[in-house]
Amino acid sequence: MAGGTFFDEMGGFDGSVRDGYKVLAKWLEQAPPDLLANRKAEAEHFFRRIGITFNVYGDDQGTERLIPFDLVPRILTSKEWQRLSRGLEQRVNALNAFIGDVYGEQRTIREGIVPEDLVMTNPCFRPEMTRFRPARDIYVQIAGIDIVRVDADTFYVLEDNARTPSGVSYMLENREAMLRLFPELFATMRIAPVDNYADALLSTLKSVAPVSAPADPTVVLLTPGQFNSAYYEHSFLADKMGIELVEGRDLFVRANVVYMRTTEGPRRVDVIYRRIDDEYLDPLAFNPTSMLGVPGLMSAYRAGNVTISNAVGTGVADDKAIYSYMPEIVKFFTDEEPILNNVPTWRCREPDALKYVLEHLDELVVKEVHGSGGYGMLVGPHATKAERQAFAAKIAASPDGFIAQPTLSLSTVPCFVESGLAPRHVDLRPYVLCGADGVRTVPGGLTRVALKQGSLVVNSSQGGGTKDTWVVE
Amino acid sequence: MLSRTADNMFWLSRYIERAENLARILDVASRMATLPSAYAGSSNEWESAIATAACQDAFHSFYDKATRDNVVEFIVASPDNPSSIKSCIDIARSNARAVRTAMTGEMWEIINDAWHEMQKINLRKLDAARLPRFLTFVKEASLRFDGAAYRTMLRTDHYWFQRLGTFVERADNTARLLDVKYHVLLPETEAIGGGLDYFQWSSILRAVSAQTSFHWVYRESVKPWLVADFLILSRKQPRSLISTCIQINDVLDRLSETYGRRGTSQRLARQIYAILDGAEAEALFQGGLHEFLADFIARNNELGQAISQQYLQ
Repeated sequence: MAGGTFFDEMGGFDGSVRDGYKVLAKWLEQAPPDLLANRKAEAEHFFRRIGITFNVYGDDQGTERLIPFDLVPRILTSKEWQRLSRGLEQRVNALNAFIGDVYGEQRTIREGIVPEDLVMTNPCFRPEMTRFRPARDIYVQIAGIDIVRVDADTFYVLEDNARTPSGVSYMLENREAMLRLFPELFATMRIAPVDNYADALLSTLKSVAPVSAPADPTVVLLTPGQFNSAYYEHSFLADKMGIELVEGRDLFVRANVVYMRTTEGPRRVDVIYRRIDDEYLDPLAFNPTSMLGVPGLMSAYRAGNVTISNAVGTGVADDKAIYSYMPEIVKFFTDEEPILNNVPTWRCREPDALKYVLEHLDELVVKEVHGSGGYGMLVGPHATKAERQAFAAKIAASPDGFIAQPTLSLSTVPCFVESGLAPRHVDLRPYVLCGADGVRTVPGGLTRVALKQGSLVVNSSQGGGTKDTWVVE
Repeated sequence: MLSRTADNMFWLSRYIERAENLARILDVASRMATLPSAYAGSSNEWESAIATAACQDAFHSFYDKATRDNVVEFIVASPDNPSSIKSCIDIARSNARAVRTAMTGEMWEIINDAWHEMQKINLRKLDAARLPRFLTFVKEASLRFDGAAYRTMLRTDHYWFQRLGTFVERADNTARLLDVKYHVLLPETEAIGGGLDYFQWSSILRAVSAQTSFHWVYRESVKPWLVADFLILSRKQPRSLISTCIQINDVLDRLSETYGRRGTSQRLARQIYAILDGAEAEALFQGGLHEFLADFIARNNELGQAISQQYLQ
């Protein structure tokens, strides 16, 4: 695919510099040729040194890698951001209302908004949550909503992440790196800060402590341990919040109360920010072979003695099959038109859509309904004929498992690559915090970039990188 | 604090200290090996290095005879040696990764840098030119870590467990280093107190960076009972058994004050102090230095286990 037909966020379609990028464009023009290369080397040293690495599954050798970091920031104007953040708040409120409904009255099912089987046979549906109300009726305290842009005015929601969205540490560390590398730009541009994220997260978590908890509740971060791909982030966030980073073996449940083992004996835990999937949380309730979880945790949770954040069973709402119904869900719960639209989506479970998808595989992106991380998807225009045929067979065998979307002309942002500055496709993951004291979205988020020329896959596990995201006045 | 965090802090500090000590052992052995062979006779400094490093059994299941090359290889990085310098640093970094939030950024960076640096060094065939540089690198990493802990950590239980690991390991290491003399049998023709004997005792002092300070304290030439006095009983010598013992008692007292409870580890640490406090160098020699040191090492081990049971589980 040739460039030029894509919307470049710095240059627009006609090569003129867009609002927000003017100072940066001028600075880039005047920068001596080796400046960016030198600062790139500095950035790499910085990241390696602080140990911000991630583990790649299925890779035996380089188990610790740096996510490639691109120096050129991605810029949004505060006007663009205001619209985005209103849309995000609306979307996350709808997600919370929907999950409450799924485990409660199920009006969305009875009134035909969402097909019953999509909810009830969903592998992420947790019957244990039925008729249980979490503290303050909030299920998703931390959401990562993936946004793509196709032109100056159109942003789409690509995916909702309502389980344990990751990546926020890159947002924070990228900013830290940029502050060190380009102090002159921060001095001349008014860039909204992001470093209050950890404080906002802690306030959010404390706001949903059980009613019985003390005024200053004990919050912990539960990690699967240091071999998890996001371990760096877990320890980073625990440190920034000043809370204990615990593993399952550090916790135990006695008389439906959760304690952690400390050098002074057991200490009661009120809120668990878990970065472990539902099925590993409690071997007594879910996967009995899990060594990562805490036996009895679910019963302490159901007794209302501890808050698990995000709540158990939120996966039912961020499924790619449910995703396609989100515009209707937003309307149903908020009585408003969605501010942020979905990418047009064909549900292969519907016969007409299936027929269309199979006939247009070479134009479409097909995703597994329950997949994540860019695994198990087909990018039609980039696939070989044999790959498409093999994928068509998979779809035909279980159409319910797939959705398809047009190959979007994702916007591009200049990146510093070997040949110099060149446009690369990006997406955006803002992090939305939803507590009893309101919804907060730190301005910006994580911009992921497909560093391979022409590639649309931004996942770090598939060769994507990241950029700092600036919201400027 | 979490028991697991305390356990990790305790052990990662022990492993860093151990890596340094292994480096010092190789330093001493290399130095002893520089003696002209006619002068040194059949002394077996490489065998003694293996004995001091407490890996005799593991070593001899792979090699019959200790030589310079196989001992250096084994202690530095052999995959067959679970407490090689390399694996000490590997384990320390892995522990540090698991409890990053418990230490300061400076401490983490020192361990992480050392680990990355070690990945770049070819640890095979460290010849006479490269070995000293490597050993200096290891000692410096440990000194920097110790200094960073001392200068940057909040004085809370995190810090006390870090110190405890360092001191318990250091006590063990000093005792072992001193015991090396027992393993280095003098050739029969060599007189006790003769040139070789002098050289060997000096090397032990050098291994703990105490050669100059020895002379400042004793103003005499190196004599076996003075070296023992210095490294066991001198309160001026920071690595001596009694100094580490005082520091261990101090840390354990702080913990019991913080937590409002005393236990077995406080009791055992007091006992060890009482033994050292009442001892005299000459009597130690007559009763058998090796036996004394072996008893100390056993008690220190027991203390380590008591700390583990009391706080780390």
